[in-house]
Amino acid sequence: MPQIKIKKGLNIPLKGQAEKILSQGKTEGELFAIKPTDFPSLVPKVAIKEGETVKAGDTLFYSKYYPEVKFTSPVSGILKEINRGERRKILEFIVESDGKQEYKKFEAGNPDDLSSEKVKEILLSSGTWPMLRQRPFDIIANPETSPKAIFISAFDTSPMAPDYDFIMNDMAVDFQYGISALKKLTTGNINLVTSAEYSQSKVFLNAKGVDFHTSKGPHPAGNVGVHIHHLNPINKGEVVWHINPQDVAIIGRLFKTGTFDARKTIAVTGSEVLKPAYIKTISGICINAVLEKNVTEGNHRYISGNVLTGKKVDKKGFLGYYSNQITVIPEGDEYEFMGWALPGINKFSKSRAFFSWLMPDKEYKMNANLHGGERPFTFSEEYEKVLPMDILPVHLLKAIIVEDIDLMEQLGIYEVGEEDLALCEFVCTSKIEVQKILRQGFNLMIKELG
Amino acid sequence: MKFIRKQLDNIKPQVQKGGKLQAFHSFYDAIETLFFVPKKTSASGVHVHDPIDSKRSMIIVVLAMIPALLFGMWNVGYQHFLSLGETAELWTTFLYGFTKVLPLIVVSYGVGLTIEIIVAQMRGHEVKEGFFVSGMLIPLIVPVDVPLWMVAVATAFAVIIGVEAFGGAGMNVLNPALTARAFLFFAYPSHMSGDAVWIAEKADGFSGATPLAESAAGNIQNLPSMVEMFFGTIPGSIGETSALAILIGAFILIYTGIGSWKIMLSGVIGGLVMGLLLNVFAVNPSMEVPAIHQLLLGGFAFGIVFMATDPVSAAQTSTGKYIYGFLIGFLAILIRVLNPAYPEGVMLAILLMNVFAPLIDHYVVQANIKRRLKRVTVKA
Repeated sequence: MPQIKIKKGLNIPLKGQAEKILSQGKTEGELFAIKPTDFPSLVPKVAIKEGETVKAGDTLFYSKYYPEVKFTSPVSGILKEINRGERRKILEFIVESDGKQEYKKFEAGNPDDLSSEKVKEILLSSGTWPMLRQRPFDIIANPETSPKAIFISAFDTSPMAPDYDFIMNDMAVDFQYGISALKKLTTGNINLVTSAEYSQSKVFLNAKGVDFHTSKGPHPAGNVGVHIHHLNPINKGEVVWHINPQDVAIIGRLFKTGTFDARKTIAVTGSEVLKPAYIKTISGICINAVLEKNVTEGNHRYISGNVLTGKKVDKKGFLGYYSNQITVIPEGDEYEFMGWALPGINKFSKSRAFFSWLMPDKEYKMNANLHGGERPFTFSEEYEKVLPMDILPVHLLKAIIVEDIDLMEQLGIYEVGEEDLALCEFVCTSKIEVQKILRQGFNLMIKELG
Repeated sequence: MKFIRKQLDNIKPQVQKGGKLQAFHSFYDAIETLFFVPKKTSASGVHVHDPIDSKRSMIIVVLAMIPALLFGMWNVGYQHFLSLGETAELWTTFLYGFTKVLPLIVVSYGVGLTIEIIVAQMRGHEVKEGFFVSGMLIPLIVPVDVPLWMVAVATAFAVIIGVEAFGGAGMNVLNPALTARAFLFFAYPSHMSGDAVWIAEKADGFSGATPLAESAAGNIQNLPSMVEMFFGTIPGSIGETSALAILIGAFILIYTGIGSWKIMLSGVIGGLVMGLLLNVFAVNPSMEVPAIHQLLLGGFAFGIVFMATDPVSAAQTSTGKYIYGFLIGFLAILIRVLNPAYPEGVMLAILLMNVFAPLIDHYVVQANIKRRLKRVTVKA
């Protein structure tokens, strides 16, 4: 019996799911970047100058308010450029790999034998700490607190998401080391949520020191936000952390070998990718190096992550810190003649307002077009149909818009992350920027709570 | 298609800020987006969007009303020839009704959209699509003989006071079409009730009383059969008579997911419950009208399917919708049967519940908040 069984939600059937073929991507001599913009609410302080050489694990920058939280280079080479945007806001720390991949040495050892303080110190200094994110607000975990629980979802239900069974197949030892490290960070339990639809890899099922749970249903059944809401909901003043399984393995390797070894496997997906497949690479790699000639001609949108929560990047942009997937779809910035009136056989919709419901098993090529003008909230209960939580999304968003802190708190802002409400934004008839509004709410709360 | 795009692109610079025809920007924008879905792509958040937009949703509601409209046109002709004691062919009958109803539609859309465009231009907004639906609803809920200028005045009232004064479509409290109907009803009662208005160019000797009026007067022996009421070959407002046509519309709304089945279902249950209660405590003939009959009489079916489900003026929450719908059905029959002044209660019931919808939602939201707080105390 699955412990979480949801009915509300939506699987978006997109074309370009990655085939389970794994190849080694080129990393020598390529560009890598850590982007402070991947971390909401972070104010970065530069630690080294452009042109200096770094080893993998050397600090590039740190957090202004929590200086112990460091961000380190995933490769060895030279810091080529600190890319700044408007008002000198730091966008990217770009490191050019020297191909030798020399590592800075951190203390190694089985976390079971180390003290909590030691584990924390290693995580912070190695630059792996930011992998831990906290709810409320979905930001980097505050190193001064201890969470009531830590959640790991062993499967991702978002569109064309990577299959962690496939990615993590040979990482059982790393994963277990990582779990042991996490255990030192909380007095609560480590919750590992697996899919109830299929039996998952032994890497997960044989993990020790975790509480197992299962979840079943359409997306967002794999979101930690949904798991937390159903298993151990966050009330005012409580904190829960969560982390991606592949990041757990990177932390495991840190303790096993004493190096920040940020190798990861990512899924290259989307309708504009010629051969969607998996590729072994290193965190922060330049998208261009991964895709090479594997995309079609045309005006495309490159996304680090999936189509719901990923970030738009330039063709020569970089893989985000939390991304395990690259998606390429058509940009779609063209007019569509009478688009709202056509039968819409090729248009996937949650509603049955287009005749695509005649073909339930079809996969669709979708572009980034909004398909309509922005309007005020008009239609009700659209969001509720895709949000499997006891939360009133429209009322929460309206509370954010009018900046009513008390109401935001009462309506459950502590429990949600942007990814949980991403589907609401997808189905919205009024094309409201749900995730953007939610983040504004988080920022406001962080400012108010000090 | 390319030709239209080219023409639009040619005009575009002139209607932009600083252009010669800047005053027509909103009008241009409305026309442009009618022909072409904008090319704007997502700037934040999700990278793919459901293709459904406001225009698509509204046009589906209009489509759902088409059966009632077509039947209404035919019925206008049918009632006319019936009153004259003549029989006419299907096409003659329909054509007669068509020529009577079309001017109402033209006036309603003409007045409403003009005001919408002017207001959008004044405020610098895009023209919103809400009036697509209201503009079709208004002709369907008036008697066929209503003077066109009254429709124009009522439409203007509904759009300006009912919608734009609150900030435009999406912000209004009351259903705009019903606001127009209520305005007509209270401003020009002699043109909106009685026996004379329901049949176009009626012969004087023919009783034009609607079944609803007969029922209110207690003449339940004069009520038409269930079959007639179901198919709708009875006098009444243009779109409201045929339960069958309305059911087709309801099916379209529910199947596409655009109309709320919760409101429709609970509305019907509310009406049935009140109808049965009245039957049990019946002291006069109009209270004895069977509950099922009540659902087919007057504007009940039309109101529940097309007016109560208006997403803006209805309750927004799931639980709220059940309460809102139930009370509409319940109150509609209560007002209809027990008050002596108005023969119909649906319009007033829906408007009343429009006003109460935010209150219903408020309590549903409070319940959600309490559930969340309770979680803490249970654990502690």
